[in-house]
Amino acid sequence: MHRYIIKRLLFLIPTVLGVTLIIFFVMNVTPGNPGRMILGPNATAAEVEAMNEELGYNNPVIVRWFNYLKGIVTEGDFGQSYTTKLNVFDELWPRFLITLRLAILVLLLSVCIGVPLGILSAVKQNSLMDTIPTMIAFFLAAVPSFVVGILLMYVFALKLNWFPSFGLKSTRHYVLPVIAATICELSAYLRFTKSSMLESIRQDYVRTARAKGVAERTVIWKHALKNALLPVVTSIGMRFGCLLAGMVTTEQLFSIPGVGSLIVQSISTKDEPMVIGCAVMVSICFTLLMIGVDLVYAFIDPRIRAKYSKRR
Amino acid sequence: MTENNAPARSAIDLLNDGEDINFKRPSQVKEILRRLKKNKGAMIGLFLLIFIILVVILADVIATYEVGVVQIPDNRLAHMSAEHPLGCDSYGRDVLSRLVHGARNSLLVAVAASISSCLFGCTLGAIAGYFGGKVDMLIMRALDIFMSIPDLLFTMVVVAALGSSIPVLIIAMTLAYFTNYVRLVRSGVLNLVDQEYVEAARAGGSSSARIIISHIIPNTLGIILVNVTLNVSSLVIYQSTLSFIGLSLPAPAPEWGSMLASARVDMLRAPLLVLFPALAIILTAFSVNLLGDGLRDAMDPRLRN
Repeated sequence: MHRYIIKRLLFLIPTVLGVTLIIFFVMNVTPGNPGRMILGPNATAAEVEAMNEELGYNNPVIVRWFNYLKGIVTEGDFGQSYTTKLNVFDELWPRFLITLRLAILVLLLSVCIGVPLGILSAVKQNSLMDTIPTMIAFFLAAVPSFVVGILLMYVFALKLNWFPSFGLKSTRHYVLPVIAATICELSAYLRFTKSSMLESIRQDYVRTARAKGVAERTVIWKHALKNALLPVVTSIGMRFGCLLAGMVTTEQLFSIPGVGSLIVQSISTKDEPMVIGCAVMVSICFTLLMIGVDLVYAFIDPRIRAKYSKRR
Repeated sequence: MTENNAPARSAIDLLNDGEDINFKRPSQVKEILRRLKKNKGAMIGLFLLIFIILVVILADVIATYEVGVVQIPDNRLAHMSAEHPLGCDSYGRDVLSRLVHGARNSLLVAVAASISSCLFGCTLGAIAGYFGGKVDMLIMRALDIFMSIPDLLFTMVVVAALGSSIPVLIIAMTLAYFTNYVRLVRSGVLNLVDQEYVEAARAGGSSSARIIISHIIPNTLGIILVNVTLNVSSLVIYQSTLSFIGLSLPAPAPEWGSMLASARVDMLRAPLLVLFPALAIILTAFSVNLLGDGLRDAMDPRLRN
């Protein structure tokens, strides 16, 4: 068991190195000119060149990547923003927390509603309990979350005036963005849980359990459900990472100062260190989460437990 | 699904077409098509899709591109009229023209990215699964690292680095969607590589590339086809997301996502401006989903009887 945990944690190192390298490399496919970006259009070519030299921008990509990593590891320094001249991390961290808080709320709601609905519609297949939620979820698969958001905003913020339509000052501000993102996320969990559960009910061991005369209730809850939930746990990890990045549309729509809108804003002002900082931050968070899911897996999946405890 | 005499039926079909008796594959394709035709949802999806494709082809006949990009101040938020069937947006541009030319952009990018991500992912997956060992490990570890960057984030980084144009969008979306195919084809190949007929082909002197192309790919084709179809719908949504946040094609180019983004400012005065592009996105994605789902059911051997 310990071996498995250590193995997963060690994999964190090459992943973080690889992720930063990929992002760094892609951002440097087209040569930028940070000296010009910082000093503005009035600076002379010599000043710009001196600034580039000082920033180490004339070194090869690999060298700059190495220096960037060294900065993060030794001083927690993600560089300096071109536009605000502030430390990237100081600007990024509070916004990252806002996105994280929203995404966790959305995740909790959609898992708590979507997974039970998925189980229910698989168990009561072809009844009304199945067809209605399944049809709604199938339709919602074709609806982007920002369309749901715009609709909610139109009805509840602009027409009825029940909730504010922008910002994040009070609890009431959270209602619309969270619901908008949850509706689409929830239907994805419903569809996934249902298909996983149906798959599990078709398995031989379920047939065996039924043949033995085990009560239907026990067959469903003990034999089928336990196995059906394993892939759902994995998908929670995967989807949460996409949710963190995907919150960008909700943030843009409801003018929420999250990390997504920060990236969009930095892309339009060509603020390279900020874009890289945001991307690295979200990716590292995603990686940590995936490893967390793997560790949870080790506890709930007896196959992994058995594989690693036999050898000791 | 309701049909219990399916095998008997297909046998009769075969007898009617004498030439097909000796070939297994054409009859399989026929069987799948026959089952697809029975699926009402898939047929509705197909008809909607044909309608959308016709709109894309006839875009210039329906409305000229110019009225959709040229801003005419007098036409701001103009109501529906014979000249502008769906009215004008807040810049005085014809909505119908933007809608149909936006369909062209959306479908072009989505279909191209879906096919190219399939080709790229399948090639990598086939290589990883067939050669195994170190090659497999290298590809799969690289993929694990690559997948640690959320899709949308990576696309944003690519667009930030390369600027946005149709080729860049296709590349960025290909990189966001190819990972599934690698896993799919790799596991398909791992299951097939030990089968007798592959061994026989190898004993007969076929090269690795030939075995992959003529024996292994056709056997995973069904599930790949379903994935390519369903991915078109998620790519339409994906691209509208990008254009909603302003990272797709630059300003005057008509796109559904950016139409929504600009229309929401005047939502109280002109709610229809939001409705049209939203319906266009939903209709396209929904019809592709219907078709893709029907295709999957038609190909699923467990649902055959």
